[in-house]
Amino acid sequence: MIEHGASSATPVPPASAGGTGSSGRGASRRRYRPLTERDRLTLGLMVGVPTAIVTVFILLPTAASIVLSFTSWNGIGGLENIKFIGLKNYTDLISIYKPFWPAVIHNLTWLVFFLLIATPLGMFLAVLLDKNIRGTRIYQSALYMPVVLSLAIVGFIWQLIYAPEQGLLNNLLGRTAQGNQISWLGDPSLNLWAVLVAASWRQVGYVMVLYLAGLKSVDPALREAASIDGASEAQSFFRVVFPVMRPINIVILVITVIESLRAFDLAFIINKGLNGLELLSTLVTNNIIGETSRIGFGSAIAVVLLMVSVGPIVVYLVRALREDRQ
Amino acid sequence: MPEALTMHGRPLRGLAGLAIVAVLVTACGGGATPAPTVGPTEAPAATSAPSSSAAASLGETTLGSNESDEAPKAAVQAIVDYCQAKTGITVKVNVNDHNTFQNQISSYLQGTPDDVVKWFAGNRLRFFAAQGLVAPIDDVWAKIEQYMTPGLKAASQGSDGKMYFVPVYNYPWVVLYRKSLFAEKGYTIPKTIDEFKALGDKMKADGLVPLAFGDQDGWPAMGTFDILNMRLNGYAFHIGLMEGREKWSDPKVKAVFELWRNLLPYFQEGAPGRTWQDAAKVALVDKKAGMYFLGTFAVEQAGTENVSDVGFFPFPLLGTAYDSENAIDAPIDGFMMSANPKNPDAAKAFLECAGTPEAQVAYVTSPGIGSVAVSPQADTSKYNEVQKASAEILKNAGSIAQFLDRDARADFAGPSGMQGFLISFLTNPKQDLDKFLSDIQTYYDSLPPQ
Repeated sequence: MIEHGASSATPVPPASAGGTGSSGRGASRRRYRPLTERDRLTLGLMVGVPTAIVTVFILLPTAASIVLSFTSWNGIGGLENIKFIGLKNYTDLISIYKPFWPAVIHNLTWLVFFLLIATPLGMFLAVLLDKNIRGTRIYQSALYMPVVLSLAIVGFIWQLIYAPEQGLLNNLLGRTAQGNQISWLGDPSLNLWAVLVAASWRQVGYVMVLYLAGLKSVDPALREAASIDGASEAQSFFRVVFPVMRPINIVILVITVIESLRAFDLAFIINKGLNGLELLSTLVTNNIIGETSRIGFGSAIAVVLLMVSVGPIVVYLVRALREDRQ
Repeated sequence: MPEALTMHGRPLRGLAGLAIVAVLVTACGGGATPAPTVGPTEAPAATSAPSSSAAASLGETTLGSNESDEAPKAAVQAIVDYCQAKTGITVKVNVNDHNTFQNQISSYLQGTPDDVVKWFAGNRLRFFAAQGLVAPIDDVWAKIEQYMTPGLKAASQGSDGKMYFVPVYNYPWVVLYRKSLFAEKGYTIPKTIDEFKALGDKMKADGLVPLAFGDQDGWPAMGTFDILNMRLNGYAFHIGLMEGREKWSDPKVKAVFELWRNLLPYFQEGAPGRTWQDAAKVALVDKKAGMYFLGTFAVEQAGTENVSDVGFFPFPLLGTAYDSENAIDAPIDGFMMSANPKNPDAAKAFLECAGTPEAQVAYVTSPGIGSVAVSPQADTSKYNEVQKASAEILKNAGSIAQFLDRDARADFAGPSGMQGFLISFLTNPKQDLDKFLSDIQTYYDSLPPQ
């Protein structure tokens, strides 16, 4: 690691190798050794153990999924039953498999909705609650409540709200009569939004708590200085507080992306991700779990989900690394 | 006793395990096993239970059950108690959560499954038989065939012609209604589709929804497809379609969806957003819908105070050449034996016993069970109203199908396949049916060979 850092900082790497002594070859290295045996052992363990864990539990399964995505296998019997079928899973996916494109679009909709509506709303509520208005504790607990509930229970609660005859919403709107009902979960042009509201109900609280914690840690002197300089509330937030909270903002952004990509529970509980609620994660489950599973086909969908997830991760890593260097 | 013996996971092993079991068996054997529930169905008739002579030495077998709800769990225990008393074997029941068991069935069967497994007849059985995960039990069938019908035999057979399954009970798909509502409004039970439509019009005029309908879970609509297809194109075509010999792009299938489209004005709208339980409440509790087409298990949704007021009748005839078949969906549940049972003799003794009409009755007369024994020789005198009516309908049914998700391969029937397609039809019934059906066929063809 040390060598690597040093050589990448050198403007002309190969030519200067002999002179700088950082190329790690031959006599120069033996003469000066910054690490003792013990240090090396410690470092080796600290690097080796996490690497082994990541390899065994993340990299190998990922590689296995990618390999399986080129096969046909029903999950029964040993490796000899796995047949390689080339790109067939992928071509079937984009040409024959109806739920695929809706699922991609719904996953992206989910991401955009969280980024533009749920997360900003959570941040907004945090800013309001940070003002120490009366009853702030009550508001905090009420808004944070949904986060404590599992999404399975959130799904159950919202099904009670959206049910056509007995549901709270249709009864409040007086739309329970036949022919006059709103089918919140059955109408494919409506149900994704209905579910997004339910998902946001939880996301807003989550973001709010994180952001509130961040706001509490902002030095009050900064705001004071801003207001003495004549900045308005909005100006002092956007010009002073928001930039100061950069680390929290990044955490929130990452959490929002993660929560959107792993969207699964609500759609699966409501109707196994059918009829307007297709998501890549529910398609993976529907193909792999059950009596006759299509492991290869499900893996192909999982690989697509991986590709979709890798996008934001790469963007984030590139930015984070670039800033580290500065 | 049940708690101790129904713990999850592997059966106790080794001497210690045997000792504990022996103690338990002796401890409660005297009192519990000659189960009072089955006493009346005459244990003395030593007629059946053929291998009971060797009984004492057969020892212990295990039963993996997916019945985690109270009533069916007690019913499984009732048939186990009956067969333990009858054959002298000991059956350890391992109860698993219903959905978990179903989702993990293939890894369960590939691991170290119980000797006997509770499962479903039809394609869902044949798939595992073809994979070699369950064992053939032709010798058991040689003894129980006398109690069974050819239809039951066909449903228990693997693709290789061997027998793999002991059917125990089933329930029919019927049109349910509230007797008091029909009496109050002067409605009569429709026998033909024309009478059904006329009744539907009358109900609409009375401000009722003719037929309650909820398909949020994806499977209830399959029952409607099954019955329309069987009544319109005949049982043989329906089964051929389920097993892939007939094509979904066949004009005969299109005729089914056209018929369904014409009948949709009588169905409750918004079905994709309503659970089957909610639909049942609309018809059977609130009386806002006149009828409801589902399996007889929907009766439970009426609530105890209304159960006796719920009646049902078979789906009306369509006036086709297949009327005489009186085909119906009636899914069969029962037991199969895993590929490498630890004690095959005891497992087979249990299966033989479970195939007898007395054992079947022991199951279905357990409290809260609405299904009926599959054997035509079963004693129906202890049946409740629902069971008596079900038995009558099943007796008159000429051909019995299992249900789309049991007759067709599971990956085709599931959420990625027919559940999704049928919901798409219900959401947009005016869509181009030729394209709709060719999409279904293309999906079927894209599935790997089974």
